[in-house]
Amino acid sequence: MISQDISTVLPEITLAIYAMVALLGAVYTKKDGLAGLILWSTAGVFTLVALWIATMAPGTQTAFNGMFNDDAFARFAKVMILLSAAAVLVMGQDYMQKRDLLRFEYPILVTLAVIGMMMMVSAGDLMALYMGLELQSLALYVVASLHRDSVRSTEAGLKYFVLGALSSGLLLYGASLTYGFAGTTLFSGILSTVHEGHVSLGLLFGLVFIVAGLAFKVSAAPFHMWTPDVYEGSPTPVTAFFATAPKVAAMGLFARVLHDAFGGATADWSQIIALLSVVSMFLGAIAAIGQTNIKRLMAFSSIAHMGFALMGLAAGTVYGVQAMLVYIAIYVTMNIGTFAFILSLEKDGKAVTDIAALNQYSKAEPMRALAMLVLLFSLAGVPPMLGFFGKFYVLQAAVNAGMSWLAVAGVVASVIGAFYYLRIVYFMYFGEESDGLDKPGSFVLNAGLVASAVIMLAGIVNLFGIEPIAEAAAQALVN
Amino acid sequence: MENLLSIVTFVPLLAALILAIFLRGDDAPAQKNAKMLALIATSATFLLSIFILTGFDPANTGFQFVEEHDWILGLKYKMGVDGISILFVMLTTFLMPIVILSCWDVTTRVKDYMIAFLLLETLMLGVFMALDLVLFYVFFEAGLIPMFLIIGIWGGANRIYASFKFFLYTFIGSVLMLVAMIAMFLDAGTTDIPTLLTHSFSTAGFELMGFQIVGGMQTLLWLAFFASFAVKMPMWPVHTWLPDAHVQAPTAGSVILAAVLLKMGGYGFLRFSLPMFPVASDLLAPLVFWMSAIAIVYTSLVALVQEDMKKLIAYSSVAHMGYVTMGIFAANQQGVDGAIFQMLSHGFISGALFLCVGVIYDRMHTRDIDAYGGLVNRMPSYALIFMFFTMANVGLPGTSGFVGEFLVLMGIFQVNTWVAMFATSGVILSAAYALYLYRRVVMGELIKEALRTISDITPREKMIFAPLVVMTILLGVAPWLVTDIIGDSVAALVHNYHEALPVVAEATEAVAPASH
Repeated sequence: MISQDISTVLPEITLAIYAMVALLGAVYTKKDGLAGLILWSTAGVFTLVALWIATMAPGTQTAFNGMFNDDAFARFAKVMILLSAAAVLVMGQDYMQKRDLLRFEYPILVTLAVIGMMMMVSAGDLMALYMGLELQSLALYVVASLHRDSVRSTEAGLKYFVLGALSSGLLLYGASLTYGFAGTTLFSGILSTVHEGHVSLGLLFGLVFIVAGLAFKVSAAPFHMWTPDVYEGSPTPVTAFFATAPKVAAMGLFARVLHDAFGGATADWSQIIALLSVVSMFLGAIAAIGQTNIKRLMAFSSIAHMGFALMGLAAGTVYGVQAMLVYIAIYVTMNIGTFAFILSLEKDGKAVTDIAALNQYSKAEPMRALAMLVLLFSLAGVPPMLGFFGKFYVLQAAVNAGMSWLAVAGVVASVIGAFYYLRIVYFMYFGEESDGLDKPGSFVLNAGLVASAVIMLAGIVNLFGIEPIAEAAAQALVN
Repeated sequence: MENLLSIVTFVPLLAALILAIFLRGDDAPAQKNAKMLALIATSATFLLSIFILTGFDPANTGFQFVEEHDWILGLKYKMGVDGISILFVMLTTFLMPIVILSCWDVTTRVKDYMIAFLLLETLMLGVFMALDLVLFYVFFEAGLIPMFLIIGIWGGANRIYASFKFFLYTFIGSVLMLVAMIAMFLDAGTTDIPTLLTHSFSTAGFELMGFQIVGGMQTLLWLAFFASFAVKMPMWPVHTWLPDAHVQAPTAGSVILAAVLLKMGGYGFLRFSLPMFPVASDLLAPLVFWMSAIAIVYTSLVALVQEDMKKLIAYSSVAHMGYVTMGIFAANQQGVDGAIFQMLSHGFISGALFLCVGVIYDRMHTRDIDAYGGLVNRMPSYALIFMFFTMANVGLPGTSGFVGEFLVLMGIFQVNTWVAMFATSGVILSAAYALYLYRRVVMGELIKEALRTISDITPREKMIFAPLVVMTILLGVAPWLVTDIIGDSVAALVHNYHEALPVVAEATEAVAPASH
């Protein structure tokens, strides 16, 4: 049995061993000089593991008596987490190096966070869930304050830690209530206590606390307040990381808890999720209007996008989960491109985050401005970019589940949100002449930006065949 | 050729890609090349589209040249034309070379400008050919992006405000339509437009948040589509984005906006609202009638007091679009024929009027009516052309403007005499504002110092106006050229509409006898 268990979690174990070996190697050489090498090798390992997971035999295996699931859903989320983490690592290297932030701990901490995320999306038990979540969170608290000499970065790390701890507390409290009323921490055990589509009152309280804790992690309003400050304060590559992989993991975990543990009681939680979704969409759309810092703006943008992803989840159907997965995949791709753009904004060697600095960017850098234009319209959900199809998917799931009001609220929020994306276009294309930014040098960043924009346009042909995979993943989760 | 429609649609896009990828530099030869390529591409598109017209069988009221491929999310890539859409396709392909020619003197970011127009042409053609709901929506919405950039980059002093207003106004209308489309998809199980045309959506009334919804689902769907098309059209009272957009847009942008983009609203009513939701259309037709009548009278009066030429023509466009909406919802042969005719004719005439303004704007860089006067002394040819299109705008018999308005008024008279009466007063008002404009700009003594050296129109400008003059007269004296093509399709549309109505009557009587 144990050998089979181990073979199920082999990708995670491989990554953990890699992280420890890299840590030892770096500690023994006592040099941050190795950091660049470790960063690239980490990205390489991520990509290889992603390929390995993607080519695994289909089907569902459980390990350690149901604590750990390896199914199509987990594999889908893991591949997304690994690939986006690899892309973000590689993109950030140049930035970190220039600012003397490239310590060897950075890629290693990211690796540990990624292991935590993989654990999260595979969790089959409240304990496993909490272990994965904490492994991820603790690693992220540290990378948020990676820029030790900066007050803002330290503040970001501290804020993230305090609020993250609060959310973990909520989650843990919910988990203990659930355990108390269900008598088990296993998801399958909790599921069997659901009767006729409803859970007992005590379990319901547990569910609400767990949802609140998870909402912190996906930065859904009203549990979003850490997001803008942490996004703004963290070094930009770390912000890019926050905006991508952890969101996938947290949404994956959200879906897993709701469907695996409380799947029979869809009616009980779907209203809560719908409310979170509506509040997030509107808050993200309205609060971003006044922002002038592009990182803060992206923080609110991610809150709004999480609202849309939650809309898919609120539907409580196979199609809803499928829509959520496709949405998240598109969202992550867009964000990688956008952060590749933000990372390359420099003036006299200093990072620039004020959107007014983008004045007439399209004259200086027509190609990059065009790519960013595509991404911004995609983020706003304007066809024919993929961002629209993501929105279409979740809207369809919501209407299908009889939540037309949610769909209407969502589209209204998306119009409000379109305003601030257009404002960036306005600066890039219609703005006043001003001193230009530095010539972007890094090939990796340009490639990331352009590739992401091309995917947004070329994807409309067939979504790169992601649909059937997402469908299989959703089937595996819900049934 | 099996995929003629796709070829016609995507030739401009191909040219735009070639421009974007291969053309480097921004010097005079590069600019010339960009314009030439754009002109060649749009002309080729027009020539190709002639094959659609010649191969089209007006007696067949179904969709022709149909292409179908599977697409993502269970949607289909399906294109086709019928008697209602084919002439809009022709209008677009016909006007595009003229539009490209009209921006021959532009020197700022020429390459981007050409790309924007080529892209816009692909999207406009797609709107008129798409036979899948979501495909239609994609083309419909995507058209906002190039237009937003055209207004924002090449527009006038207050272009930022105008471009944002244009985008957000249109966007909010359209997203409601998107939700309605999803609801239709789920109800009918398909997004295929020909199938949806035969699907009857539920008309059973129900209660929503305390309101009794007469006509049920159809009414809600109709309203959602109405939100989108009324803004696009634009109908009073959601027309306020149009004067701003027109005034700030560059000349070529105004031409496209007035001539083609506004027609998407009317086309949408004909393609979706009327045939798919006949019951709701019948229920809400009085609302549309009165909104149109108010639009005609009110915006004509507003046009009278304008100081800016483009704004005046923009308001006159709103008034003329009022005839279109009225004709469509009159839902008889004359009304719908007239509405389509009016849209085509307005495409030529308003486009030409904006070009007329462009001609003097290029010379004097102002659109203030007060800055002009007595132009006839220096610009006789221009005065003649402007006169011609002013008369066409008024609806002088012999021009295409007359036929459309007359047919619509005839159609609406059969349905609602009061509305017809108010609408007819618009004919007089339009003569008032158009002639008043003409007198202030062209007639009188040339006393303004700045105008003393103004030059008459160049051969290139004559070349631009010539086809528009020909089309305006041709359609004015030979309206059967249009009605022969659209006639059978419109007859089928009207027939199906009235077939569906008895069901409606029963349903409404059962739910709310007092609804009329």
